[in-house]
Amino acid sequence: MGKLQTMLQANKLAQGLLLAAFILVTAGAVYLIDRSVTAFLLMLASLLLLYYTSFSNGMKWSIAVFLLVIVIPFATSGGTSRESYMEVATQCGIYVAMALGLNIVVGFAGLLDMGFIAFFAVGAYTYGIFATGQANNFISGELFPLSGESFWIFILIGGFIAGIFGILLGLPVLRVKGDYLAIVTLGFGEIIRIIFNNLEKPVNITNGAMGLSSIQPPNLFGFQFTFPHQFYFIVIGILLIVIFAVRRLEHSRLGRSWKAVRENEIAAQSMGIPLIRTKLMAFAIGASFSGMMGVVFAAKQTFIDPTSFTLIESITILVMVVLGGMGSVPGVILGASLVTILNLQVLTEFTSWLNQLSQQGIFEVPNALSPSKMQRFIFGMILILVAIFRPNGLIAARNRRLPEEAVKDPSPPVSKSEVQPD
Amino acid sequence: MRSKWSGLMIAALITGLLAGCGNGATSSSGASGGSTASTGGKVIKIATQSPLSGGSSIQGEAIKLGAQMSMEDHKEEFTKLGYSLELVPYDDQGDPKKGVANAELIGADQQVLGVIGHLNSGVSIPSSVVYEKYNIPMISPASTATELTDRKLKVVNRVVARDDFQGPAAAEYAIKTAGAKNIFIIQDKTAYGQGLAEAFRDAAQAQGATISGYEGITVGEKDFNGVLNIAATQKPDFIFFGGLYAEAGLLIKQARDKGITAPIMGGDALDSSGLVDIAGADVKGALYSSVAGDISKLPDGQEWTARYKEAFGKNPEGYSVYAYDSMSVMLEAIKTAMGSGTEAPARDAVRDAVRATKDFEGVATKVSFDDIGDNAYAKVFIYKFADATYPGSLEAEIAQPAK
Amino acid sequence: MFSSILQTLPQVLIDGLALGAIYAVVALGYTMVYGILELINFAHGEIFMTGAFVGTAVLFGFQGAGWLTGMPAWLSYLLIILIAMLVTGALGVGIERVAYRPLRKAPKLILLISAFGVSFVLQDVIRFIAELKTGNYIISTPQLFDQRYQLPLSSISSWFTDASVKANTLFIFVIAILLMIGLDIFVNRTKWGGAMRAVAQDRETASLMSINVNKVIVLTFFIGSALGGSTGVLFAQQYGTIDPYIGFILGLKAFTAAVLGGIGNIRGAMFGGIVLGVLEMFASSNLGILTGGNFGAEYKDVFAFMILIIVLIFKPEGIFGKAIKEKV
Repeated sequence: MGKLQTMLQANKLAQGLLLAAFILVTAGAVYLIDRSVTAFLLMLASLLLLYYTSFSNGMKWSIAVFLLVIVIPFATSGGTSRESYMEVATQCGIYVAMALGLNIVVGFAGLLDMGFIAFFAVGAYTYGIFATGQANNFISGELFPLSGESFWIFILIGGFIAGIFGILLGLPVLRVKGDYLAIVTLGFGEIIRIIFNNLEKPVNITNGAMGLSSIQPPNLFGFQFTFPHQFYFIVIGILLIVIFAVRRLEHSRLGRSWKAVRENEIAAQSMGIPLIRTKLMAFAIGASFSGMMGVVFAAKQTFIDPTSFTLIESITILVMVVLGGMGSVPGVILGASLVTILNLQVLTEFTSWLNQLSQQGIFEVPNALSPSKMQRFIFGMILILVAIFRPNGLIAARNRRLPEEAVKDPSPPVSKSEVQPD
Repeated sequence: MRSKWSGLMIAALITGLLAGCGNGATSSSGASGGSTASTGGKVIKIATQSPLSGGSSIQGEAIKLGAQMSMEDHKEEFTKLGYSLELVPYDDQGDPKKGVANAELIGADQQVLGVIGHLNSGVSIPSSVVYEKYNIPMISPASTATELTDRKLKVVNRVVARDDFQGPAAAEYAIKTAGAKNIFIIQDKTAYGQGLAEAFRDAAQAQGATISGYEGITVGEKDFNGVLNIAATQKPDFIFFGGLYAEAGLLIKQARDKGITAPIMGGDALDSSGLVDIAGADVKGALYSSVAGDISKLPDGQEWTARYKEAFGKNPEGYSVYAYDSMSVMLEAIKTAMGSGTEAPARDAVRDAVRATKDFEGVATKVSFDDIGDNAYAKVFIYKFADATYPGSLEAEIAQPAK
Repeated sequence: MFSSILQTLPQVLIDGLALGAIYAVVALGYTMVYGILELINFAHGEIFMTGAFVGTAVLFGFQGAGWLTGMPAWLSYLLIILIAMLVTGALGVGIERVAYRPLRKAPKLILLISAFGVSFVLQDVIRFIAELKTGNYIISTPQLFDQRYQLPLSSISSWFTDASVKANTLFIFVIAILLMIGLDIFVNRTKWGGAMRAVAQDRETASLMSINVNKVIVLTFFIGSALGGSTGVLFAQQYGTIDPYIGFILGLKAFTAAVLGGIGNIRGAMFGGIVLGVLEMFASSNLGILTGGNFGAEYKDVFAFMILIIVLIFKPEGIFGKAIKEKV
């Protein structure tokens, strides 16, 4: 085994062959076998395998895009369960983007935000209010609902508004540190949800608890997006942009300032890092990713109400970041995918399997123990175990090292193979 | 690097194992389909979606069991036709997101021809959009929001009354029978509670009662003294609560603690044995409107209840029998869509057959769906707790005004 | 408007004080643990919830054994509280041992995440046990003292409406005050209390003075958790219905109370609890009147969180706390 490993590490060709074989087998399995969750999961795992190969960055990226845009949609189109796979993949994408946003706040800047779902809600409501007749209540003239073509511009608007909310939340928080910050953000998340739930008087802005239904689905030159496999491409598109942005940010001046603030605020300040601006930027940028995905979520669900933005959602995103590895982009992507798949597929499938067993009378599973109810327990356990045994998560964050010559050399550094793509 | 590879191997193994369990579900169902193939059987699945966990799990469970019972009763019939029936219960946790995700899974499973569900209107509404995409008919035994059928989707049907019929019916009873003049309204800020409370409020105002207060509470709270203090100052002679039984029970108890003696009335979500457990002796005199009839009063009711008890070891809840009827309607429609053929019908055929249901005699209600999927025979019933036992005794039965 | 506020004021005060007393005792647990470890024990709200469930289970046990009829109600009440205190105290110590001690040198963030994890695990474990035993996780408890006393205030002055008080509310006051006085004496007058204060001030030096720091921390967790658990029993008796999720928001509010009084300050926590309880009750009874019906009782949680945020921004040391300079 050891020999094989060393050989593999040294030989790119062997790696490539192994990867190609793996992708072929899993994709083929997904294409041919109907409703095989295992095959689907293994196909997604090929991305992880890709991460561990030692190809050059550009190569990895092109393979990843090829996998995401061509292989996965094609493979899932074989069977009848296409839409449910695509639904899972789409939700995965949405959560990955959100987790990356939270990772900026928690992982890079070290500010524990427990109310992150609020920004998602802001994005969702931004689109929801204008893409239904809701906005007619406070804007005169029957201008609304806007058509689905406005969706594309709203991705930016939603991100922007959420970013503003991020700054609004960030301003008071600048004075609050550590554990207190966690509580304050948690309070903020709840406050926003309660306000959305009650804002039907004096002016009906959010339609309160009744929620907003019949939200316009996105529309591109007359093409209507309704099915998950169509949304998948929207989500993948945004996600690729987000990942690219996050990675650029991480190694930018701003990203380094975040990490400096995380490690030691006072030292960072004395080195001339503007504390206020740095923290606010973390909140704003993190929030805007979440807001963008909120817009997509609203368009996909076509119905939103405040119950989709509860505390457990904020916790879920936190679990993704912690499990994957705080401050590690590939880690967070892995964490978010694992948790989403666990939530949507594994628990549900496992529950229905147990249900079948008890229906066939093989053995009786008490209803209280149904796995899909055990979410909180599982999340809690993940948090405790990761905190104690792997505080850096599944894929630990690493800072980029530059060789000495590159530092002395005034020209910008060329990214080395230490920088791992995802 | 080495540790990484081994870590990856382990991760892959774990996911493989985990998924293996999940896959076990699918392959075992495939296997069962295969094993019955020897008896010339093909599988027809009906899904249920209701909250099997969370605050409304009593009623969600009741929906699942009621549907299950109907399916058991029809098994014979379908075996003769060469089909084995299978129930696929999903837990929507009362969460719209979960409901939609489950709906996508249901849509993906080609053997599923229909859905019985949901309990909460807030979950029914977004999930029905997904069913519409896949042409899977749904029959809700419990969702009462007007929005649900008003969107005129082809797949949405329900056997129970709408909020804009239930609310006014309750208001009429409150004013005409209970003689309410000064009504205080409390609601729980959920889609269900608020929708019902607003329908009640508008109807009560139209009938000349004074609404002396309209306040909101939070689901999950245990202390409603604040809202009740406001109520106490208004000295209402009637209190209406739009919300769920857990909060209603506490409200009743705390109102009586405060010396508020006005009758308290709620909607169909109070139609649960949980209400009596929570409010205890104070539940006496409390009223609730329900879209579910008192089953013991029905001709086949006693016998049905006994069978339910025998099958599941517990008493039926209000919605159990409606889930039973919903499932019966669904299976009837599948038979109709099948016609004389032996092929499993297409989903859209079943959908149209469900919508075309006319004068179906269920255990609890007759069913005729109108053009948007509302049941023309749906009634609203008013119950009162004469003593602290569930269910209350039937006070009034209000039929729908003809459209 | 003013007259209607005045009308309900006595009742609001009674309800607010009952709620406040509960907040106060739960806040003590937060404050003690924070004082000694500088950790917000997030799971404290869940310990309170566990206390409520343990008390209820014991009560059912007594009922089953037929002991309730045999002994006076106050005695069984006290016994139940005592048992709940022992169980939750042990639970608190266990949590500290498993989830906090290995992380004492870890960054704050990690410790906090672990605390959150504990909180969720506890919620689900209790839900699971309750559902397994009864089929539903919303549990109704028999109430030992449910007599109601009407206070005919309207005969004193037409300003007021009649108020009413439950026997159990009086019980809450008595027990809460006893617990607080007991804790105060313990911390300020006993050897162990002195050791606690020493560890809170300076852990290193205290250990050099031959104080067994670990023992002191365990003791702190035991006492704080036991207080939380006893309040759980009071809560269950007051409202008669419990579920596994009562601890989370209540814990946050109790934490707010601790911050309001100055975290780490025991008397401050008591004061903060009472103030917050009364304020919250006043808000939920009168917000609608004050804002002309636009923002009603449904905003009372927003109100409580706002207090927390405002205090943390403008006076993070609270009312009685000392401002701490950050060490570089």
